[in-house]
Amino acid sequence: MTPANARPRHEWTPMTAEPDYKDIPGTFVFDAEQSRKGFGLNQFCMSLRDSTNRDAFRADEAAYLKRFGMTPEQERSILARDWNRMLELGGNIYFTAKLAATDGITFQDLAAKMTGVDRDTYRAMMLAGGRPIEGNRSKSEWEGR
Amino acid sequence: MAEIVAAAFTSHVPAIGVALDTGHDQDDYWRPVFAGYESAKQWIAALKPDVVICVYNDHATAFDLRLIPTFALGCAPEFRPADEGWGARPVPKVVGHPELAWHIAQSLVLDEFDITIVNDMEVDHGLTVPLSLMFGKTEEWPCPVIPLAVNVVQYPPPTGNRCFNLGKAIRKAVESFPADLKVVIFGTGGMSHQLQAQRAGLINAEFDNRFLDMLETDPVAATRITHTEFLRESGSEGIELVMWLVARGALDDEVETVHRFYHVPASNTAVGHLILENASAAAAE
Repeated sequence: MTPANARPRHEWTPMTAEPDYKDIPGTFVFDAEQSRKGFGLNQFCMSLRDSTNRDAFRADEAAYLKRFGMTPEQERSILARDWNRMLELGGNIYFTAKLAATDGITFQDLAAKMTGVDRDTYRAMMLAGGRPIEGNRSKSEWEGR
Repeated sequence: MAEIVAAAFTSHVPAIGVALDTGHDQDDYWRPVFAGYESAKQWIAALKPDVVICVYNDHATAFDLRLIPTFALGCAPEFRPADEGWGARPVPKVVGHPELAWHIAQSLVLDEFDITIVNDMEVDHGLTVPLSLMFGKTEEWPCPVIPLAVNVVQYPPPTGNRCFNLGKAIRKAVESFPADLKVVIFGTGGMSHQLQAQRAGLINAEFDNRFLDMLETDPVAATRITHTEFLRESGSEGIELVMWLVARGALDDEVETVHRFYHVPASNTAVGHLILENASAAAAE
């Protein structure tokens, strides 16, 4: 076997009840727990890829949501366009972005909304190099904000 | 025999596709991004690969939560660009290479990489934006493309190490294909970015450049980056960088850097681009 075909080994780490990524601030990792919670919500978002479905949703949002077996909280978060709450309740950003697209919101404007600043402020932050990693690694750094 | 001679690594930001498709690529905002790919376009036009294997991720387009394959290989004769909610990109259909793709799929399974075989699939910006960056605006793509979709939407994605080893297995598979084919592999996604929640907009240029350094000189070190380190340091969507390790694993340990480019921002994302050739191939030229 040539060196190029030798496979490096990997040390396996078991999944734990409180994974270390839960310490990352302002972030919902789309893990098994979130995915199970968010199945209906995300499949609703997926349905919006189809223009017929987009029209049906726009015609009567609340009625359309009943097709997907969501919790009342999830339905409310969608009707209110509470983007962070959707993520908290199991939404995944690539899915909720389809609802944003249905509303005519670009990905950058969606990001601005989730961070609680206006479009120009967010765009200026990105042009200045983005949100810095310093001070944004751990929840402890966000305490008291 | 068929041979993988080089790898091109690039971000696949959807806004790049929109900028190109709507004629905004020479605006002040986008000109530096597209300028960073000019020499790459010349390089690949001169190289004339027979086939591209494009490692990318589907963004809730072909796959939703009903079915989540960790690795899925496109074996179809063609793949249509998908409507992702703002209309399909006005780019050519992607022509596949079913003979080589099926050969790779069979070889991988027998080599203990249990790949999912896909015979009908639309492809989204994750695949078509890299093609646009490397080949520009065109009536048809200059060569067949084999899509390799990697799950990075549902946590956990495959480890960097697994991706790297998959690249090695793909190399073996390609080298056992009887026809003489020059193959280039693309590793796409990244670099640092976070699209979601209150930390959206995160960019970590130091992490990104260290990652580019590792790809050039010490890729095994990059395979040891843990999921939590990717999520924390490069943003929740920066973990797409594991896909670059598939392409890197398909090359020699020793490589020559043809081109390296880094730019912030493209919409919410840091754009990274690297072209590596096998040192043996570079020496033979």
